[in-house]
Amino acid sequence: MSEQSAAGADGSGRPSGRLLEVDDLRVEFRTRDGVAKVINGVTYHVDAGETLAVLGESGSGKSVTAQTIMGILDTPPGFVTGGQVRFHGKDMLKMSSEQRRRIRGEGIAMIFQDSLSALNPVFTVGFQIAEQFRIRRGMSRSDAKKRAVEMLDQVKIPNAKGRYSNYPHQFSGGMRQRAMIAMSLALDPEVLIADEPTTALDVTVQAQIMDLLGELQRERQMGMILITHDLGVVADVADRIAVMYAGRIVEEADVYDLYAKPAHPYTLGLLNSIPRMDEKGQELRTIKGLPPNLMNIPPGCPFNPRCPMAQPVCREKVPPLLQIGSARASACHFAEELVNRD
Amino acid sequence: MTENIIEVRDLVKHYPVTRGIVFKKTIGQVKAVDGVSFELKAGETLGVVGESGCGKSTLARVLMNLERPTSGQVLYKGQDISKLSGGALRRLRRQIQLVMQDPYTSLNPRMTVGDLIGEPFEIHPEVAPRGSRRGKVKELLDLVGLNPEHINRYPHQFSGGQRQRIGIARALALRPEIIVCDEPVSALDVSIQAQVMNLLEKLQAEFGLSYVFIAHDLSVVRHLSDRVAVMYLGKMVEIGTEDEIYERPTHPYTQALLSAVPVPDPTLRDNKAIIRLTGDVPSPVSPPSGCRFRTRCWKAQDVCAQEVPLLQIRRGSDHPSACHFAERREIVPTHEAA
Amino acid sequence: MSDPSTASIVSTPPATMPTEAGSGAPTNAGLPESAQKQQKPRGLLGDAWRDLRRKPLFWISAAFIVLFLLMAAFPSLFTSGDAVNGALSRSRVEPSAHAWFGYDVQGRDVYSRVIYGARASILVAVLSTLGTLFIGGAMGIIAGYRGGWVDALLSRIADIFFGLPFVLGSIVILTTFNGAGTDNGEWKIMGLVIMSLTVLSWPVTMRLMRSSVLATKEADYIVAARALGAGTGRIILKHLLPNCLAPLLVYGTIMVGSFIGAEATLSFLGIGLKTPVVSWGIMISEAQNYIRVSPFLLFFPAAFLVAAVLSFVMLGEAVREALDPKLR
Repeated sequence: MSEQSAAGADGSGRPSGRLLEVDDLRVEFRTRDGVAKVINGVTYHVDAGETLAVLGESGSGKSVTAQTIMGILDTPPGFVTGGQVRFHGKDMLKMSSEQRRRIRGEGIAMIFQDSLSALNPVFTVGFQIAEQFRIRRGMSRSDAKKRAVEMLDQVKIPNAKGRYSNYPHQFSGGMRQRAMIAMSLALDPEVLIADEPTTALDVTVQAQIMDLLGELQRERQMGMILITHDLGVVADVADRIAVMYAGRIVEEADVYDLYAKPAHPYTLGLLNSIPRMDEKGQELRTIKGLPPNLMNIPPGCPFNPRCPMAQPVCREKVPPLLQIGSARASACHFAEELVNRD
Repeated sequence: MTENIIEVRDLVKHYPVTRGIVFKKTIGQVKAVDGVSFELKAGETLGVVGESGCGKSTLARVLMNLERPTSGQVLYKGQDISKLSGGALRRLRRQIQLVMQDPYTSLNPRMTVGDLIGEPFEIHPEVAPRGSRRGKVKELLDLVGLNPEHINRYPHQFSGGQRQRIGIARALALRPEIIVCDEPVSALDVSIQAQVMNLLEKLQAEFGLSYVFIAHDLSVVRHLSDRVAVMYLGKMVEIGTEDEIYERPTHPYTQALLSAVPVPDPTLRDNKAIIRLTGDVPSPVSPPSGCRFRTRCWKAQDVCAQEVPLLQIRRGSDHPSACHFAERREIVPTHEAA
Repeated sequence: MSDPSTASIVSTPPATMPTEAGSGAPTNAGLPESAQKQQKPRGLLGDAWRDLRRKPLFWISAAFIVLFLLMAAFPSLFTSGDAVNGALSRSRVEPSAHAWFGYDVQGRDVYSRVIYGARASILVAVLSTLGTLFIGGAMGIIAGYRGGWVDALLSRIADIFFGLPFVLGSIVILTTFNGAGTDNGEWKIMGLVIMSLTVLSWPVTMRLMRSSVLATKEADYIVAARALGAGTGRIILKHLLPNCLAPLLVYGTIMVGSFIGAEATLSFLGIGLKTPVVSWGIMISEAQNYIRVSPFLLFFPAAFLVAAVLSFVMLGEAVREALDPKLR
């Protein structure tokens, strides 16, 4: 069962000049209750200057994919059982831990949802940023401090110089998220993975942070992978969207296409089930049922028990992620019908 | 529909900030709720929105009589609930129930579903005779869309959405008139969230419940509420019907809040004017003088620092707003019907 | 789950998420069967039990403990010898096929004495543990739940008892009530030893319980119960206690082990159990003068003592691992 990426169209699986590529990645968690197949052949890529949003509900495997890319997957219980993660065409999963460590921060950096626990509470925020310059760039103490203040300034923390010697708990949620962005961008990474960067924040602050991220990404021409469950945030910032369900990409498309005409019943169901502020709805159309237990994923299409369109074939054959049209792909046996219906 | 079932008058809840272990010294007050008035009509849903720290959860606790107000009154059918105790308080509790945010921590992990949903009957034995309780619990499970045969399971054997249903069944057991929902869907996934919201609507229609629906998600609140109150730093800044707040907001904070909500439609990306608020919410220990929003407001004048704006109907508007310069402004992008 | 019609909103998959990562060995085979089993209702204690059953450490220590408990309850099952009376003619006769563990200074059968000694040692340890758990637990709940000045007062009292060095404290208590000149009966001596162990150890359990109550008190489900109108008694008994008991249970098991050791220490010092009683501590104490000439006198009771202490400590360790939610 080979699942082809929509846009990795050369099909050879050879380095294709992509910045970061995830290719048929498989990860399982071996727990005492059994083996959970958390990622079952995920393929996506991101290029310089573009934002790929990875959309999915809890348990869809979106964060685990990011952890695998960063090499911070907890092993055990998590084990990579197949696939590649290529950065500039080189498979990172085959690299030594020293090589991977060098890529972290300078090549690929990550920001997390919970900024309070991601920053070390016993060091000042400024010190934690400056430390990177000292260790990775070999700068002197005073130079490193100067650069760290610059970074804090770039993420629009007011009074950056004064804030340099504050501890994480002295920052508000939004400011802390800014500080974490400053820290992850310090070494000029080419790819930034943002794992639910605004989920813990209030909506007015969330707008500020998303603006900042967008701005920095354009300025630096970074590739950005935005991991989120929020269909609203995605609509505002993403170029392309990959929708994940039960450890697979079920649909990948340009942001405008995806919202206009979803090519997978799961995406359609998600879009239907969000209450919209600009539409006074009656009853929300929901997706019935629950996501599958990852230790016991139903045969065939993993979405089939919840799918309103399910046919016998859906219970037997896993639909591969196939290209439809020019720049989108769907893993549904009836994708064509979905897209072509008026 | 017109009877006021709850009236809140000038409610204040301050928490002392103390220092010292044996000899406590009060060094300040967290002004969590600071002069809030509103009423809840029978059968309606009042949405309360606001960002973290605005006092909406404290409001829920005071409404539930889990905390005594520092001053002000909460009247249930004309009776001040904060003055009640003993048997009268217990009887009142049958009428007002609570659904909490986190479905993972709000159910005792050592009790089975049957015990959890049956507990209200044990606390209020007059509601249902002992023999009928198990049957009632099964009915409730069925009502909230869970399998009645799962009565002997433990909470950890259910998913988040199912646990929230258990919480709702528990709140419903005593057939209350009012349910205070404190962020009931914010911990749930999108597809599950919609299921629970539909359930809440169905139950309201079936039992004529009144909801106080507290949430930070403005889309969810609009979907469920008849009237909406917006809170900022312990004060209510605007209150009105769902249309009044979402279509014709007059308070700058409401406008900023609405404009910042991401709309799941990429085509609106460019013609959406987001009002960018600068800075963070000030500390509730020492809120700004006058209007509390003035430190982040683009309209702020000298008068805003001196005079506290009252929540009243302003010129050119049809609903109360607590801004000296209240002014209509269209925020929510109109969406062509799909 | 293969039948899509069962996957409606009411279906409940076995609630096991990949994040609940365990250290246990993966059991790949027979997954459907274990999924079947999970359909049965099972509490957290049930989970712990399922976990314990897989641990060899648990089975070994449990087997030893059962053996020791049997010894304590029915010593006659293990020996027909006499533990109290001996013949001086057999004084310090070495172990042989006839008497496996040999004879002590007074010519008593060491094997019988070791068997009969289990009763006193284990009885003292178990009763002291129960006393400690009860007093400390109750104080901890009151202090943690009431808070304020009650908490301050109880905590200071506990600090005072905690400050007393254990050995010194028991020497003072026991020499006062159980000194050289006193002529106490078997049960009274045991009672005194139990009392002194309890009095000096309850602050530990109280602290454990108090911190556990403090952490649980603010839990959402307690708030939910209060919102329902539950009284203090119900909240403590139904909600607080079941959720705070786990650490106490673990500590209690380990404590039985350490109390066996403590009893032996006191007896060795000559202030604990005394001669009409038979206990491992007394035997070790009596053997100390003959270590060089008859080391077996020391060896056998000491080996039993170590085995008993170790069994309880290991059991506690296994229970802790099974109950610790962090390892789930």
